[in-house]
Amino acid sequence: MAQTLSRGPVSGTAVKSSAKKKSFLLDLYGTAVGKKYVMAITGLIGIGFVLTHMIGNLKLYIGVVNEGGELIYDADYYGEWLRDLLVPFFPRTVFLWLLRSVLIVALIGHLHAAYTLSVLNRRARPVKYQSARDYQVANFASRSMRWTGIVVLLFLLWHLADFTWGWVNPDFVRGAVQRNVVASLDRIPVAALYIVANIALGIHLFHGTWSLFQSMGWNNPRFNRWRRGLATGVATLIVVGNVSFPAAVLVGVIEFDPDAVTCCLEGHSE
Amino acid sequence: MSVLTNITLKVWRQDGPDGQGRFESHQVPEISEEASLLEMLDIVNERLVEEGREAIVFDHDCREGICGTCSLMIDGQAHGPTKGAATCQVHMRVFSSGDEIVLEPWRADGFPLVKDLMVDRSAFDRIVEAGGFITSPTGGAPDANLIPIPKPVSDASMDAAACIGCGACVAACPNGAASLFTSAKLAHLNLLPQGQSEREKRTEAMVEMMDDHFGSCTNHGECESACPKEISIDNIALMNSDYLTSKFKNRKKLAR
Repeated sequence: MAQTLSRGPVSGTAVKSSAKKKSFLLDLYGTAVGKKYVMAITGLIGIGFVLTHMIGNLKLYIGVVNEGGELIYDADYYGEWLRDLLVPFFPRTVFLWLLRSVLIVALIGHLHAAYTLSVLNRRARPVKYQSARDYQVANFASRSMRWTGIVVLLFLLWHLADFTWGWVNPDFVRGAVQRNVVASLDRIPVAALYIVANIALGIHLFHGTWSLFQSMGWNNPRFNRWRRGLATGVATLIVVGNVSFPAAVLVGVIEFDPDAVTCCLEGHSE
Repeated sequence: MSVLTNITLKVWRQDGPDGQGRFESHQVPEISEEASLLEMLDIVNERLVEEGREAIVFDHDCREGICGTCSLMIDGQAHGPTKGAATCQVHMRVFSSGDEIVLEPWRADGFPLVKDLMVDRSAFDRIVEAGGFITSPTGGAPDANLIPIPKPVSDASMDAAACIGCGACVAACPNGAASLFTSAKLAHLNLLPQGQSEREKRTEAMVEMMDDHFGSCTNHGECESACPKEISIDNIALMNSDYLTSKFKNRKKLAR
């Protein structure tokens, strides 16, 4: 960032050839606009994930189902189905790992772009305003993206330690979805953590969903007025759906009874 | 004609680019509400000069909101509380007697401070130099309306061309981004037939020059609200999609 105090001669031209010899994708990512594309695309992947994750979790409400003569919790059965996706084209769990690797790459891209853009933006105003700013349209969601993002990231680590690795789950059995969820969310502080983190996620998505349309250049007078509504809808859907699970476990709507099922109590391995 | 009394001015004073700045208070016992904010500063300055003190340095020129020279952060808002108006169009009638008015310069790395309330906005010139023009053969003046342009297109281009380059978008942006300025200059030319042959090169060059001086857009929308010409952030979306095209497009097939 050069300090341009002197007014030099007119030097730039629109035909300036690029001195960079990078591949065009790296070249694109080298600029703030390119990084915002990465933010938007990885954010879109994340929105797709949290939506399907929330819909999948709704199976916790279904309870016990009869699958081929065996009584099994529908959430457990759904977990099995995820591992069996596209079998026999892929061996068991391979397609699930492909999906997971997309999510992991998207998460890393989202974090790297967020970090580098934050550094750029900090440098763009080295001397802050010395009097109070009076923001007109920037809302709480857009101003707190970094903080809600960090809350969601920390929650993600806890969530994996709780239900994937079982480190912080009091009664963890690998693959026994209903059992693990009820065991963990029956603790009031943990349920509160899930509720707070999902509200942070909703605030993050309220700005992110709207913002990605601008970053991707998706702007058309025909649908512009729907963008804010869509963002509100996505954020509300995620918050209401995800907050309902800890609440439902606490009030006993979602429960786990080992005697109600005849199958697979010992869980499944990957 | 009513008169405002007991206005307190809190003005940023700084001796030079590297100096240590501070707020300085000035009392304005009486001012007509028909006066503009800059006229009030003129009156304060005359008094300062009479007292043998240094006048407050601030940028101003046309004083009718079309040149883009004036630049003040007034009570934490770029160009103050009047919507769709530059600092020179802010009148004392928007304030009340006894108010404290805080005046601060634009703050951004791309806008180094010169003195007091004046900043150097030549980083904007660098962005325009990089591609904010069209190349056309000279010669006799072409006939009017030689190139047919649909009315909505010329309107959209004119709306973008209304940008006066004052820098309020950068000043208002929490990230110090110049996306609204750059996208307005791009949309002005990129929407018109005359701008098509250099569209990709222009977008690439101007966006990358912008990156050298300013922050990144996080879609707060503060720039649109501060803009004295009320330029829309729709232009930023157009810039983003044009920039992606500029990286992807096979320029040998421009007409495709």
